[in-house]
Amino acid sequence: MSDDIARRAIIKVLGNIAPEAEVDKIEPNENLREALDLDSVDFLNFLVGLHDELGVEIPESDYGRLNTLSDIINYLTTKV
Amino acid sequence: MYEFRMPSLGADMKAAKLVEWKVKPGDKVNRGDIIAELETEKGDIDVEVFEDGVVDQLLVDPGNKLPVGTVLAIINNGGEEIIHEVKPAMKKVEEEPVRKERPEISRPGYREQPVEKEHRVRASPLAKKVAADLGIDLKTVKGSGPNGAIEKADVVKAAEESKKEKIPKEVVFPEPERKATEERPFGMRQAIAAAMSRSNREIPHYYLQTEIDMSKPLKWLETENQKRGVKERLLPSVILMKAVAKALNDVPELNGYWQNDQLEIKDATHIGFAISLRQGGLIAPALHHVDMKNLDELMHDMLDLTMRTRSGKLRSSELTDGTITVTNLGDRGVETVYGVIYPPQVALIGFGKVTERPWAENGMLDVRRVLTATLSADHRATDGHRGALFLEALNRYLQDTENYE
Repeated sequence: MSDDIARRAIIKVLGNIAPEAEVDKIEPNENLREALDLDSVDFLNFLVGLHDELGVEIPESDYGRLNTLSDIINYLTTKV
Repeated sequence: MYEFRMPSLGADMKAAKLVEWKVKPGDKVNRGDIIAELETEKGDIDVEVFEDGVVDQLLVDPGNKLPVGTVLAIINNGGEEIIHEVKPAMKKVEEEPVRKERPEISRPGYREQPVEKEHRVRASPLAKKVAADLGIDLKTVKGSGPNGAIEKADVVKAAEESKKEKIPKEVVFPEPERKATEERPFGMRQAIAAAMSRSNREIPHYYLQTEIDMSKPLKWLETENQKRGVKERLLPSVILMKAVAKALNDVPELNGYWQNDQLEIKDATHIGFAISLRQGGLIAPALHHVDMKNLDELMHDMLDLTMRTRSGKLRSSELTDGTITVTNLGDRGVETVYGVIYPPQVALIGFGKVTERPWAENGMLDVRRVLTATLSADHRATDGHRGALFLEALNRYLQDTENYE
């Protein structure tokens, strides 16, 4: 999967979870959960959304690799 | 026939704007059907009807901001007479001193409703006109004319008193210039201030706290989640919710409302789940029937409810049905929460962050994953002993992973 597809899916899913957030203003190396103030329910909704969009299954043990926007894009592009 | 009124969607709501009717005269409606969409400080809310019937008349046009209690529609449920609908949520509003509603009523944009629909109000045509101009609800005015009819002078007097009372003593809001985009958080802040002031003024809170060893429940959860895909995954919040519901079954006095100077224990366990909004404010929509649902159903409901809270798409019952509130600030690194009860509820459970702490047991020192649970409870409804039994039961159900389902 290309960076672009991953990025577009992330932005679409975040639009439902944090509709008030300006996702395009997030720095690639900023911690996503902190930047958007996502709680654990939001974060799980985020993963469920990515699963629906891209069919990707992210185990709990990989959560530590999903801190920043660029982390997540890297993770998704290598996984799918 | 009965009157469908603007519902009170919680103790902190005073008015809402009708956005859209979802029904038209002649439509058949069943209990729980959505009949209108409202715009409130808590987002756009789908309003459900409380009884079966046929829509007879819609009395209000979309676009109007209306105070709680305004008759919105007449619904024919087979009976001849108009029944002034009495619903628990409505009772809450009527108990509030009338003066509290006035500041909202006089907001710009509010249009007085046709007075002839209000059977109990007798007022001269001039008084009605003046009331409409001044934004005064005639139901709140005491009449001095024949048979208690309201005259112009009564309305003017009420308007003057309303101005005087506009700023409650307890809460003083500065009124900075605001942009339209700031309306919602500001309105919600005011609403929360009113509800929380009432809570601290009226409810004699007592607080209990206990530390819960979460090692075993979390171990169970981790093992379980390894077997599950992302869509079936469970969060610690959901096992906490379920344990709260089970413990409430043992100590039901914490699950209910304090109304008319007495405790009304609720049969259903609808747990309000506090969600902090990033744009400011807080909503605690109810997870319905937590005691009757399994962990998978609760997880599904929690994800759905959180998402709809964020996007401002809740149903009216979700805002009004909470019988107790749970607030979980663990995600934010807080260890202990001392909550303020949401009236007319009588208890609030607070959960903090799970941290590794030294844990002494049977003469041995160990490191465990520990959670601090607190109970804020209304001392009018329960005493510390019952509260302590609740926290003890909560711990017992959390440790009982063999019976998780």
